[in-house]
Amino acid sequence: MITLEGITKVYRAGEVEVPALKGVSLHIPEGEFVAIMGPSGSGKSTLMNVIGCLDQPTEGRYILDGYDVSALTDDQLAWIRNRKIGFVFQSFNLIPRVSAAHNVEMPLIYAGDSVQRRERAMAALESVGLLDRAGHLPNELSGGQQQRVAVARALVTDPAILLADEPTGNLDTESSLEILKLLRDLNQQGRTIVLITHEADIAAFAQRVVRLRDGVIVSDERQALAAELVR
Amino acid sequence: MSIIEGLRLAVNGLLSNRLRSGLTMLGILIGVSAVILLVGVGNGASVAVQQQIQSLGSNLLTVFPSNARGAGGVQQGFGTGSTLTLDDVKAIANRQSSPDVVTAIPSAGGRAQLTFGNQNWNSSLTGTTEDFPSVRNYPLASGQFFTAGDVDASSKVAVIGQTVVTNLFSGEDPIGQVIKINRQSFRVIGVLAQKGSSGGFNNQDDVVVVPITAAWNYLLGGRGRNVQQIYVEATSAEATSAATTEVTQVLLDRHHISDPAQADFQILSQQDVLNSASQTTGVLTLMLGAIAGISLVVGGIGIMNIMLVTVTERTREIGIRKAIGARRRDILMQFLIESMFLAGLGGALGILVGFGLSRILPLAVSSLPTPIISMPSVFMAFGISVGIGLFFGLYPANRAARLRPIEALRYE
Ligand SMILES: Nc1ncnc2c1ncn2[C@@H]1O[C@H](COP(=O)(O)OP(=O)(O)O)[C@@H](O)[C@H]1O
Ligand SMILES: [Mg+2]
Repeated sequence: MITLEGITKVYRAGEVEVPALKGVSLHIPEGEFVAIMGPSGSGKSTLMNVIGCLDQPTEGRYILDGYDVSALTDDQLAWIRNRKIGFVFQSFNLIPRVSAAHNVEMPLIYAGDSVQRRERAMAALESVGLLDRAGHLPNELSGGQQQRVAVARALVTDPAILLADEPTGNLDTESSLEILKLLRDLNQQGRTIVLITHEADIAAFAQRVVRLRDGVIVSDERQALAAELVR
Repeated sequence: MSIIEGLRLAVNGLLSNRLRSGLTMLGILIGVSAVILLVGVGNGASVAVQQQIQSLGSNLLTVFPSNARGAGGVQQGFGTGSTLTLDDVKAIANRQSSPDVVTAIPSAGGRAQLTFGNQNWNSSLTGTTEDFPSVRNYPLASGQFFTAGDVDASSKVAVIGQTVVTNLFSGEDPIGQVIKINRQSFRVIGVLAQKGSSGGFNNQDDVVVVPITAAWNYLLGGRGRNVQQIYVEATSAEATSAATTEVTQVLLDRHHISDPAQADFQILSQQDVLNSASQTTGVLTLMLGAIAGISLVVGGIGIMNIMLVTVTERTREIGIRKAIGARRRDILMQFLIESMFLAGLGGALGILVGFGLSRILPLAVSSLPTPIISMPSVFMAFGISVGIGLFFGLYPANRAARLRPIEALRYE
C-alpha cells in the first residue's frame, strides 16, 4: 500500500538547511495499524506530510497504492489526497464557519461527487456517533466531538488510508480513548491506519511500532495487540 | 466544485463578516450609481440640446457675414463683418435663382430694456421681417405678427415671448398695450407660443421681436442698416445642402466675388449646429462617465483590499481545503465567485440607487437636465461591476490558490 525508499527531506530556512528526514525506507501493507513514535522534532510530522502527499520529499521514491507520487502534479496530488487518504490532525482543523455536516461533506464536494452527498455525510457522522450534532458549528462542540467530526470527514470518501498526526494531543484521557477505539474499529474493518504519537500507551493500540529519531528509523517492531488489554 | 456550491460558499463567507462586506459593497454601489446618474445627466443634456436645435427647424440655414480670408489669411469669427443687406435677403428669397429656398428673413438685434408700468425686464431684441414665425418656427399664441406693410412703414409694433409676458404683465392681456423698448414706445400686437426650452441654454421664450426697419430707426442707433444674420428656410431638411449651394452662388454673384474661398459670409445649416452640439455633449457625457468611472475603480481597489485580507484570514481554511482535496481551481473559483458576487450585488444595488437619484435629483436641482437612463448603460454598468469583481479578485484569489497546503495548515 505504502512504500517509501530512501526518503529525505531538507527544509531550507534562509541560508540554513534543516534535514528533517535522512533516508527513511518503510513499507506498510494494506490493512495494517502502524504507530510512528519518536520524540518531538524527530521528523514524525514531516514523514506524515510526505505520506499524506501534502509535501514532496527532497529525495527518494514514494509509491502509494501503485502511484509514483513524486511524478504527480499538484492537481493529481489533490486528487490522491481526496480519494486515497483521510487526515486527522492534532488541532482538528475543522472549518469554523460551517456546520459539522458541511465539514464532513466537503471532501465529497471536491470529489465532484454529488450522489447522495448529504446522506453519505450523515452516515459518516452516525458512524462516529454524532448524528444529533450535525447542524452544530465546530465551536459548539467539545474537543472530543470535534475530533470525531474530523474522523467522520476523513472517512466520508471511503479512503484506503487514514493518517492521524497526534490525534489525541489536544484531548482528555476519556476522549482520547474514544478516538483510539474508533481508529481500532476502522482498522478491524480493513482500513490501513498510520498513527503518529510520542506517547507509548497510545502506540500500544497499534500492531506495529516504528520509532524515529533525528530523521532516521531506529526500530521497527510488531507487538502483540496490547490494546486488547485496554478494553 | 460547482458554481452553485461556489455561490453558497461565497454567500456564507460574505455573511460571516456582514459589516465589512457591506462597506466594501458600498464602494461599488457608489461608483455604479454615479456612473448611471452622471451618464444619464449627460444624455439628458444632449437630448435637451438636440431638441432645442431641432425646434428651430431642421431645414434652417443661417448666413453670417464674415471677413474674407484675405491675403493675410486671418479669418475672423462669425458676425464680425457687416456685409449683408436687406437686398441680399430679397435676392436669396427669389425662387428663380434659388428654387430650394422657401423664403429668407434678416435679423438684427441685441439686448433691450423693456418697461411696462413699473415693471422692468431685460430681454433679447430681434428685428426681422414678416416671415419670422414660419422660418424660425414660432407660432403665435395670441394676437398677430406684424405685416410687410409694418416693415415698410417701420411701425413701432412688437411681438413678445412668454417669458417677457410673465415678467412685464401681471395677469392683464398684453395685446394692445404700449411698452417701452429702450425708452421708445412700442405697441404689443402679438404673443409667441411657448417654445419650452429647458434650462441652461438661451431661453427662446425671452424674446421681443420688432420690424427690422423699426429696430434700425429707433433701437439700434448708430449701427447703420446692418443685417447681422440671414435665416433661410429650405424646402425640406433634405434640401438644405442644395439650398446652401444656391444661396452661396446668389451671394457670391451679388458681392462680385469669383473665388468661393474669398467669400465674405458663411453659411451654417442646422445640421452643422446639431453635429457640433452633439459632439460637445458627447464629450461632456464621456467626461462625466469617466469621473464616475474613477470612483468605480476606487471601489474595485476596495474589493481587492478586502479580498486580500480575507485570503490571509482564511489561510488555514485554504490549507484544510487543500488537504482534503481542493484543487487550485477550486480555491480560485471560491474567491473569485466571492469577489464577483460582492461587486455584482454592489452593482445591482448601485443601479437601483442611481435610478432613484436620477428621479429625485431633478426635483431638487431644477436647472439640471432630466437624466435619461438607457437600458444598455444599465446592463453595461452591471457587467462592468462584475468585471471589476473579477479583475480585482483575480490577484487575491490566485494568491490563495497558489498557497502550499502544509504552509497554509501551519499558519496561525
Ligand atoms: N517548515 C519548516 N521549516 C524549517 N524546519 C522545519 C520545518 N518543519 C519542520 N522543521 C524541522 O524539521 C524537524 C522535524 O520536524 P517535525 O517533522 O515537525 O517533527 P515532529 O513532528 O516529530 O515533532 C525539526 O527540527 C523541525 O524544526
Ligand atoms: Mg509533529
